[in-house]
Amino acid sequence: MTDLHWMSALELADALDAKDVSSREITEALVARGDALEERLGTFLHRTSERALEEADAADARRSAGEAKSRFDGIPVAYKDLFVTKGVPTTSGSKILKGFVPPYDATVVARSDAAGLPMLGKTNMDEFAMGSSTENSGYQKTRNPWDTERVPGGSSGGSAAAVAAGMTPWAWGTDTGGSIRQPASLCSLVGVKPTYGYVSRYGMIAFASSLDQAGPLTRTVADAAALLEIAAGHDAMDSTSIRDERPALLDGIDGGIEGLRIGVVKEFVGGGSDGVRAVTDEAYARLEKLGATLVEVSLPSFQHGIPAYYLVAPAECSSNLARFDGVRYGARVEADDIIKMTSRTRSEGFGAEVKRRIMLGTYALSAGYYDAYYGKAQKVRTLITQDLAKAYEKVDLIATPSSPTTAFKIGERTDDPLAMYLSDIFTVPVNLAGNAGISVPAGLAPDDGLPVGLQLIAKSLDEPTMFKAAYAFEQDLGFATSPEGRASI
Amino acid sequence: MTQVQDLYETTVGLEIHVELSTASKMFCGCRVSFGGDPNTRTCPVCLGMPGSLPVPNEKAIEFTMKIGLALGCKIAEHSLFHRKNYFYPDMPKNYQISQYDSPLCHEGAVEISGDWGTHKVGITRVHLEEDTGKSIHIGGGGRIADSDYSLEDFNRAGTPLVEIVSEPDIRSADEARAFVTDLRATIEALGVSDVRMEEGSMRVDANVSVRLKGAKEFGAKVEVKNMNSIRSVVRALEYEEERQRKALDAGEMLVQETRHFDEKTGVTSSMRTKEYAFDYRYFPEPDMVPFEPAETWVGSIRESLPERPAARRARFAEEYGLGAKDVEVLTSSFKAAQWFEAAAAAYPGDAKKVVNWIIADLFGLLNEAGLELWESKIAPSQLANLVTLIDSGKISGKQAKLVLGGMFETGNDPEKVVAEKGLEQVSDAGAIEAVVDEVIAENADAAGKVRSGNLGTIGFLVGQVMKKSKGKANPQMVNELLRRKLS
Repeated sequence: MTDLHWMSALELADALDAKDVSSREITEALVARGDALEERLGTFLHRTSERALEEADAADARRSAGEAKSRFDGIPVAYKDLFVTKGVPTTSGSKILKGFVPPYDATVVARSDAAGLPMLGKTNMDEFAMGSSTENSGYQKTRNPWDTERVPGGSSGGSAAAVAAGMTPWAWGTDTGGSIRQPASLCSLVGVKPTYGYVSRYGMIAFASSLDQAGPLTRTVADAAALLEIAAGHDAMDSTSIRDERPALLDGIDGGIEGLRIGVVKEFVGGGSDGVRAVTDEAYARLEKLGATLVEVSLPSFQHGIPAYYLVAPAECSSNLARFDGVRYGARVEADDIIKMTSRTRSEGFGAEVKRRIMLGTYALSAGYYDAYYGKAQKVRTLITQDLAKAYEKVDLIATPSSPTTAFKIGERTDDPLAMYLSDIFTVPVNLAGNAGISVPAGLAPDDGLPVGLQLIAKSLDEPTMFKAAYAFEQDLGFATSPEGRASI
Repeated sequence: MTQVQDLYETTVGLEIHVELSTASKMFCGCRVSFGGDPNTRTCPVCLGMPGSLPVPNEKAIEFTMKIGLALGCKIAEHSLFHRKNYFYPDMPKNYQISQYDSPLCHEGAVEISGDWGTHKVGITRVHLEEDTGKSIHIGGGGRIADSDYSLEDFNRAGTPLVEIVSEPDIRSADEARAFVTDLRATIEALGVSDVRMEEGSMRVDANVSVRLKGAKEFGAKVEVKNMNSIRSVVRALEYEEERQRKALDAGEMLVQETRHFDEKTGVTSSMRTKEYAFDYRYFPEPDMVPFEPAETWVGSIRESLPERPAARRARFAEEYGLGAKDVEVLTSSFKAAQWFEAAAAAYPGDAKKVVNWIIADLFGLLNEAGLELWESKIAPSQLANLVTLIDSGKISGKQAKLVLGGMFETGNDPEKVVAEKGLEQVSDAGAIEAVVDEVIAENADAAGKVRSGNLGTIGFLVGQVMKKSKGKANPQMVNELLRRKLS
């Protein structure tokens, strides 16, 4: 049998079902794995090992009583620290929330809990999800298990590194402009940004409300489908949550892609580093070999994605982050009066990137500038949505690289925010349009030997087609996604 | 009033906030109610906890449309919430979810009757937003500037709040009174708010400016805040009107500013001037989707609207034949009008008699006790019964006043009060005749005068009979008997 920590959630579910293993054994293995690697990788901000073991015992008791909460009862999970967890410290990677213990669970957490998944802890992230390398965390750096000199991507870098290092079979992340798909790409994982409204945002500490979505980070496509199914569905607590039934994802995931039309974006051809291009060109050819038809599509508005995103997201965050004022929760820096107290709390509590975006957003919404910035960005958003809708008249899915480069070195881009922003060039338009996207491992770049991800973008609510294609690709590629044997771990 | 005699004219526009009496708050399930221990009616949503999201209360949207339609507004086909961004510790998210360029209701008008006669006042917009919490400043006289520290109570945070903005069509303090009174009666009739100014469930801010008659431009706009009753609105506006006129007379330039009204002194003082104009950075609330009220929904609300004050005034004049003053008193509140109509319905005769008893007598007792008409222990039908008792001759008008006093204290039926106080009028002809005979016998001189045609003396004899019967004899019967016996 494979090491427990390298088994997929589906494999673990079968093993639990066959009574080959208990939830306690699985959880102990994962906690031990965490103990061994955490110091080197810095993936968790807060580990809840004791609680996970207690929950594992409860799951074992349920299973032996024939009362399992779900097929995955007793398989542990980790959460990006952006999900609020009742009674468990939650900071969204920010010093301003140091010491904050939420009084309620995010819907994603409540539903994972209802399925019986023990909580391993809260993972590191760029502060308030603003970043592409997890270097903007207010607490610590996270290292890429494939090469510890490199970043895991971000902002869900802690979740990605934990899954890639075998510390958990799966983890929840969030994606506002690529924060699941880009780290998935850099850590050779499967990462999904579902259709906007697919998963409830209730209890996700908002970065940019109209773009944020929760999604899974896993080592297999089927695990991603399974974890997404656990939390998907309408939630009365989120009025942007889609009311429609969510179609089955795991069932029929092996349906193949024979006859599927897959769009390759004209404007993106030749984009990305040489290594990324080589791997994604191969990936497109593989899709064709599997029976899909490649169709060139034009998405001229996509080139405006990054500028539009860096107006919309900061505008929303400038408002969303106003509540962190030291009055009701989190850190407070005392001062003589309310204005000084608020000002000093925010000055000391927020990091540089967060301040940069609050200022950008405040400016973009200011009287006299609104139309030129926020208003214009919303128009670009409409154009991107229209371009995509037009493309989907000709194709079922669109394929692109997930990230223009492989994992970069820690510190390489910290002084150049614009270079950092461009990490999300292929992923940002998907958030702006509200569509679904998946990053699936496509192999290692020939030049630097680091992982490259293939992004498949689906129509809104067409997750089933997206998963089928990703699954077919994954199975045919047969690429072992673990970094085992790398000197780093 | 000051409106006619001089060179100036006054322009007033009102901005009125009304807290809706929905069961739950605007964006969460917490109960809406006045008071309560601090921070007991809160949840992650109305405390603005990280990760919480607003879900709009459909009932609040319906209540807002009711108000809008009652004020003659159009309902937006497409409406949405915006965020109004500013920092204040009583606002949990440091932005208020409000409405901006797509209010739920717009372009309405109501008819008012004040010291400029009857005319229409435009309603610019009626929109829905959330209320803030309350700051309590400890030390330093309760004002923020010199307090030692402040406490926050978020029980009120997230209560649905409707903002009603009028056009600057109001010309005097009295017209403002008429407007606010009608608005309060309208909302009261809709049953969507308590509209209690003292408790803050209705708050009135006024924009006042004075200019030379016929001038094209409005004068400098002064916003007056902190008026906690209709009486205060009138006082504040009269003060402000006078202040601005005097300033203009003295050749001073008025500035656009916000002024605070002091209840105790009746004086307004400057809070801040225009240089402090805020940039609220409004943008569409991304946590909620725009909404389009269905036509059938709007239609059913429109059909269910109760009578508006202007229509009620016309009907009261017509149906009950009441004068303008009586109508004004009875329609100043919907509950008062309802009370009156219930009394009128229970009374078979001319409703004017009931009105007289309400206005001339009952109001006196109410004022003394500090109660409103509908709060008195007397039920409308009981007042109707009292008037009926007078009509039937069972008690005299004078006795009825005593009975009313008893009813007001106890809430008992008039019959019971009459019996308890032994006030029943004697209408038994035999009993009265015996007394009449006694009186004629005892006052032979006076009786003789009447017999010889001096009818003026009959009053004296009636008085003697009343005295002997301790006021219980029916005076009309006494009169008739005396005339018959002495003719």
